Amino acid sequence: MKLHVDREGEQESANQLLRDDPKFAAQKIAFFQYVTVAVFLFLITGFWDLQIRNPEVYQERALENSVKSIPVLAPRGKILDRDGRVIVDNHSSFSLYLSRENLKMEHLRPIAEGLNLDYDSLVARVRRFQSRGAPQYEPIAIKEELTPGELAFVDSHKDANTFPELEVVHVQHRLYPHDGLAAHVIGYVGEVSEAELNDPEFARFHQGDVIGKDGIERQYNDILMGVDGQRRVEVDSFGNERHVLDDKEAVPGHNLQLTIDLDLQAVAELTLENRRGAVVALDPRTGEVLAMVSRPAFDPNLFAGRIRSKDWKVLLDNPDHPLLNRAIQAQQAPGSTFKPIMALAGLETGAIDDNFRISCGGGGTFYGRFFKCWGKHGGVGLHEGLVHSCDTFFYNVGNRLGIDRIAQYAEMVGYGHKTGIDLPHEAEGLVPSSKWKIRNFRERWYPSETISVAIGQGATTVTPLQMAAAIGGIAVGGMWFQPHLVSEGAHLMPARRAEVNLENIQKVISGMSGVVNEPGGTGVRAHLPGIEVCGKTGTAQLASNDLLKGTSYGLTHKDNAWFVGFAPRQNPEIVVATLFENGEHGQLAAPIVRDVLKAYFDKKARLAQPSPQIARVPTGLLQPPAPLQPAAPAPATSAAFNQ
Amino acid sequence: MLILVCAICALGVLQIFSATRDTRFTEAWWKQAVWILAGFIALWIGTLIDYHTLLGQAYVFYGLSVVTLAGTFVIGMTAFGSRRWIGTPSYHIQVSEFVKLVIVLLVARYLSELKGDQLELRDLLKLAGLVGLPLIMVMIEPDLGTALTFVPILAVGVFLAGFRWQYAVAILIIVAVAAPAAYFVVLKDYQRSRVVSFLDPSQDPKGSGYQVIQSKIAVGAGALWGRGVTKGTQTQGRFLPVSQKDFIFSAFAEEHGFVGVIVALGLYFLLLMQIVQNAQTASDKAGMHICMGVAALLLFHVLVNVGMVVGRMPVTGIPLPLMSSGGSNIVAMFLMLGLVNNVRLRRFVN
Repeated sequence: MKLHVDREGEQESANQLLRDDPKFAAQKIAFFQYVTVAVFLFLITGFWDLQIRNPEVYQERALENSVKSIPVLAPRGKILDRDGRVIVDNHSSFSLYLSRENLKMEHLRPIAEGLNLDYDSLVARVRRFQSRGAPQYEPIAIKEELTPGELAFVDSHKDANTFPELEVVHVQHRLYPHDGLAAHVIGYVGEVSEAELNDPEFARFHQGDVIGKDGIERQYNDILMGVDGQRRVEVDSFGNERHVLDDKEAVPGHNLQLTIDLDLQAVAELTLENRRGAVVALDPRTGEVLAMVSRPAFDPNLFAGRIRSKDWKVLLDNPDHPLLNRAIQAQQAPGSTFKPIMALAGLETGAIDDNFRISCGGGGTFYGRFFKCWGKHGGVGLHEGLVHSCDTFFYNVGNRLGIDRIAQYAEMVGYGHKTGIDLPHEAEGLVPSSKWKIRNFRERWYPSETISVAIGQGATTVTPLQMAAAIGGIAVGGMWFQPHLVSEGAHLMPARRAEVNLENIQKVISGMSGVVNEPGGTGVRAHLPGIEVCGKTGTAQLASNDLLKGTSYGLTHKDNAWFVGFAPRQNPEIVVATLFENGEHGQLAAPIVRDVLKAYFDKKARLAQPSPQIARVPTGLLQPPAPLQPAAPAPATSAAFNQ
Repeated sequence: MLILVCAICALGVLQIFSATRDTRFTEAWWKQAVWILAGFIALWIGTLIDYHTLLGQAYVFYGLSVVTLAGTFVIGMTAFGSRRWIGTPSYHIQVSEFVKLVIVLLVARYLSELKGDQLELRDLLKLAGLVGLPLIMVMIEPDLGTALTFVPILAVGVFLAGFRWQYAVAILIIVAVAAPAAYFVVLKDYQRSRVVSFLDPSQDPKGSGYQVIQSKIAVGAGALWGRGVTKGTQTQGRFLPVSQKDFIFSAFAEEHGFVGVIVALGLYFLLLMQIVQNAQTASDKAGMHICMGVAALLLFHVLVNVGMVVGRMPVTGIPLPLMSSGGSNIVAMFLMLGLVNNVRLRRFVN
């Protein structure tokens, strides 16, 4: 049948045939219809399986695909000085997190390679989170302070096809003053460690939390630390945010104001530059710590993220122990700075009186043994004994008092006990007594041992903070306030008031004034014109000098130099104690205290006549490094990475 | 029939709108609307010219098709690794879409001219050769999916024309032998991986298996009522690949759920039944063959595309007629519907 032929011609017959044609295939067309029905049923069962029988499985996976939890990290509160000036600030940076909801272990190797991370420690870190059973939505920080190049790498690899687990989070990192200014007071933050998480004290933290590890950061962690928020966002297959599902905002930590005076702190830091030792300045009327320095210091910024083990090792291996806060942890013999306490004890107990005098010929013999004095002072009473720091005089005082009465007065001024300052790891020092001897050595106390204790040697040890507090308490007439760094809302112990005769105290203070202000006083280097400074030097032997002379040990173990001073004599406002390790003689420690006192009174004078020019902060000392503001990666760079 | 077509197209446009929101294809939905308008003109043209006239020129069209296909190898533009298009990047046509139409005409013409009740082996081989040439050419482009769409047109035509069952057995045996050979020799690596990932999508979750997995997630997440227009995270988050084209039904299923799927598939089913009915009422054998060829093609498209969406067919990259965005496909489909309409309007002729 030719269809394209003229249809006019054989129309009739042809049409008849044509009309029959479809009927011929009717059954087959019906068969096709059945096939069609079968195909549609086949397809519908496919949808039935997915959409009706177990849609939850797929809804779950669609959620996994598209929902990401991003931590919103709460910035820690700032730490301010007593005038509200910022000591510790934060700076913005970007950290890389691994979202654990869609984390694939096999991605870790390329990620580690792309970002120059150590693969093994990365895997160990991820496993640690998994073993901790931390909730799925808690992501793992794997790199801090991302560079623009690293940001570009992440940007071009965080799509659903590559590494959807990568998440860049904006964080506020700690920015500490450089040169270790007040490093020991402030402490540092760090990620909560495995060991800490097992400790009940840290049980409230989660794996990955950044918490205060030492100093104020640790002591007041709960105030400074905010509450992290969390943002759940819907992302597309390229890892870009589409919209926010819910947003639990972070609650920033509270600012914390310290009693520290940055001006004073800065000066104190400078006085100890390149030395080992500590300076503590207190307001004896309140116990407020105005300055606290320990040198050598460390850079807390090293800890701001996760400290690298290399940096950590350097700090630990340093023979000068820069992590040690000498102001509260160095326990050293107080040396002659103990003499005012001896004097007070003697007067109070009646062991000596105003008329008690001895003759110093360079020492004295007690219990069959000769005890040397550092000089020959001739006839010495209480006042001269303090001014010239005559050992022979105090040997006699000690001998008359006996060890237990010495211990009683040492403890009265606060020695042998923690001061209770709001810093972790405070040392308590040691006040020897007959009980102590029996308890620790199962031996009775020999009176001959009392003689060295009388001049602050022997087993007695104190911390610089204890010394400042002790002398400060005497200076204000026998009241000891709990030293503290934070006043606001602090729960301070009530001041301890001792029943001492103020006249006796005046006699001791008069001696201490003589130390600084009288010719021949051991502490004349602490003299300040116009202000009556009272003080006491101390030279504490680390071991008997005779044994060490000429040995190399003697060189590295020179005597420690102490000076403790307060001013003004009437109504004292500030007491400063300094420990200058291996400083040889207390006279050399005196200028340190003088400089701090001078800074205090200079500032006071400035404030009395305000002049904006001078009242400015010594900014050079406190200038923080310029905050890093990582720029967003240029699109061109990320494109390059894509290829 | 027109109402059904309009309804399907409307669903398509809506879904394209939803799937391309906030992407660089935002304007795709009105482009599609314009193409559908163009399609209706094509349908009108397809209806206007008597299908007998068109059948008369079938061999001319066929010749033209082969030449044009050959032309795509020379002047065609390459995209996604294959040469399928002629024209400029902004305006181009996919020749193979129109070749489908020509194959429908060709098969109808050839089979309606046969004298006997049954196909002789000679006729069969001749027809197979005629269809085989463009099929292989399209396959080389390479566009396996489109090439395969020629097969059901031929198969249904031959089935309707009638032939000895021995031939069917013989063909089945040949296919059974040739298929593994073809798998290793003819298929390209990416095509092979598609077959592998069809059989086991989890084996290659980031490659072509990824598409199937994401599609199944999208469909499953739609559940009974769907997640609502522009609310599907799989579609909106672009986890679904080419959600306005090959995987449009997956996006549709996510946003409209099982209920929407039943409605859409129902529309396709009714449309197919309409076309088949036109075949039954056609005034002559040629008309029947045209309708059934179109029906076969449409059914094959729906089966392969929708089957792929639910992971019951391998990923072949053939569009869902009338819903997927794409000008050539729309216009070609409307032309074919025009032919069906043509047959329908002339059923009482004479």
